[in-house]
Amino acid sequence: MGVAIEVKALNAWYGATHTLQDIELNIPANHATALIGPSGCGKSTFVRCLNRMHETNPIARVTGTVRIGDLDIYNDISPVEIRRRVGMVFQRPNPFPTMSIYDNVCSGLKLNGYRNRRELDEIVERSLRSAALWDEVKDDLKKKSGASLSGGQQQRMCIARALAVDPEVLLMDEPASALDPVSTSKIEDLIFQLKSQYTIVIVTHNMQQAARVAEKTGFFLNGRLVEFDSTHKIFTNPSDKRTEDYITGRFG
Amino acid sequence: MSNLHVPNPAAGNPEGSVPVRIPVPAAAQVSLQADQPISAVRRYLLSRGSSSVADRIFAGIMLLCALVIFALVALIATELITQSHLSWHAFGLSFFYRFNVDPITHLPLFWDPVNGIFYALPFIYGTLITSLVALCIAVPLAIGLAIFLTEMCPRWLRSPLSFFTELLAAIPSVVYGLWAIFVLVPLLRDNINPIFIRIFQLPLLERLFGWTHLFGDNGLFGGVNLGLGLLGAGAILAIMILPIIAALTREVMSAVPNSQREAALALGATRWEMIRMAVLRNARIGIVGSIILGLGRALGETMAVAMVIGNSPEIHLSLLSMGHSMASVIANEFTEATSDMHRSALIEVGLALFLVTIIVNAFARLLVWAVTRGAPARVQ
Repeated sequence: MGVAIEVKALNAWYGATHTLQDIELNIPANHATALIGPSGCGKSTFVRCLNRMHETNPIARVTGTVRIGDLDIYNDISPVEIRRRVGMVFQRPNPFPTMSIYDNVCSGLKLNGYRNRRELDEIVERSLRSAALWDEVKDDLKKKSGASLSGGQQQRMCIARALAVDPEVLLMDEPASALDPVSTSKIEDLIFQLKSQYTIVIVTHNMQQAARVAEKTGFFLNGRLVEFDSTHKIFTNPSDKRTEDYITGRFG
Repeated sequence: MSNLHVPNPAAGNPEGSVPVRIPVPAAAQVSLQADQPISAVRRYLLSRGSSSVADRIFAGIMLLCALVIFALVALIATELITQSHLSWHAFGLSFFYRFNVDPITHLPLFWDPVNGIFYALPFIYGTLITSLVALCIAVPLAIGLAIFLTEMCPRWLRSPLSFFTELLAAIPSVVYGLWAIFVLVPLLRDNINPIFIRIFQLPLLERLFGWTHLFGDNGLFGGVNLGLGLLGAGAILAIMILPIIAALTREVMSAVPNSQREAALALGATRWEMIRMAVLRNARIGIVGSIILGLGRALGETMAVAMVIGNSPEIHLSLLSMGHSMASVIANEFTEATSDMHRSALIEVGLALFLVTIIVNAFARLLVWAVTRGAPARVQ
């Protein structure tokens, strides 16, 4: 089950660059929330702050509060624990090339010492079905390497890998930007299906995609959150002039 | 934007394929309170600790492994320093640069254990010169070999060629020494050195470049052609470090992503231009690193050098002259060093070798840093 995310006074830096400035925002549970904005506006940095991936970069720094469910992730819990509860899908598919499809999907469980063979089988099947990949790969689960799949299949496998640990939140950083339209629409369908069970935060460059999959949309510009509202409101009647300029294609 | 909140209609089933079946666990219907039922997987994961203790232990063990290196270096250095203090006391810093003059021949006299004269300059000179000669021969060969292997070698030739390259690295150095005495030295003496001697004594070159003092009878290829000597030692060293440099360079070059090669080729680059622009530039740090490793081996190589360098503690500009190196003098004389002073002096030569290696490495690192910092430097 998903949980809500509450962000207060979040600031982030890469070296001397102030990438995120005073972000305040509440992301509802069990809904999809889209983050849009031009390149370099800070939306990827923002999602990376939600599972403490930002701080894995040695020159990065972050201040502020992020509450996921009832936990303050920067104070109550270690980064390892929070990443067990918050799944992430990256822009480029990143399967483990030396592992089979099966091992890729259950890698999160295996590294946590989950050894029950029968349950693993079940979880792998359920995750791959959720990621709409089961029928395409079920015959060579343990024969083929995860890297032998096509780009779209790899990305759905990475989604299955994230789902296998039953996360409370699923972060997606431009999950479809490296994919063809058919794979993209499969992933969008998937997000649409999954949001009843998970809190999904999706970064996207594609405004139609945001409109299709998300209930809430946030518009980032130059490290600030310009506007955060229901997707309908953002795309039909934005209250900020800059949002309107961006969605009507006047810049960005 | 009329179809908000609706999945992309085009997405429906573009291939008429897989209906998405989403299992909705019982938990999905339950409200989001703290006591909500959670799945078995989640309960299991929550039961796992933060592992922060284990993480810290792991980091500690890794730190310990790293500290072992420092401890080893410190131990070696202290041992060398304490054991050489006798000769340090007697000669001080002059150990590294001074010499006596032979009363009969009036030539400089650096090293005469019988009369208690111990000055180390010829060994330092011999080590540096032979290593330099080795690099001059080995680096172009190794990079050429690596380029051939990664960029233009036909598939069937690739593995035998790399196998033989690596085989060269596995031959013991004493075998190299023997081979050098029986094959390389006569080859140099009879076939290769005469060519160089002829070139370096061309009157034209002598007139144009005489000011460098590298040409003519007292130049780089003057004196008696014995085959043994600095050039022979440098040549055998070159053969020994060639496989190291070639193998590492090949690894770095094959790690350059193909997209870089395609980017250059698509701009109309010829094969050589592509290699220069896409492969060598990207691999330059690794190539310099492999050269440093090869140099390290050349500086410390003992046996093969001792067998061909001629073992005479003298300094001559000519590469044909005999010389001595730091490692080979220790190997040759340590068993015969009967006086305490002799032994202490040899250990101080060892200390000097240690320091020279450190200095050369630091210098090479500086070079890498200078090449790679700031704006991308061009390696021609």
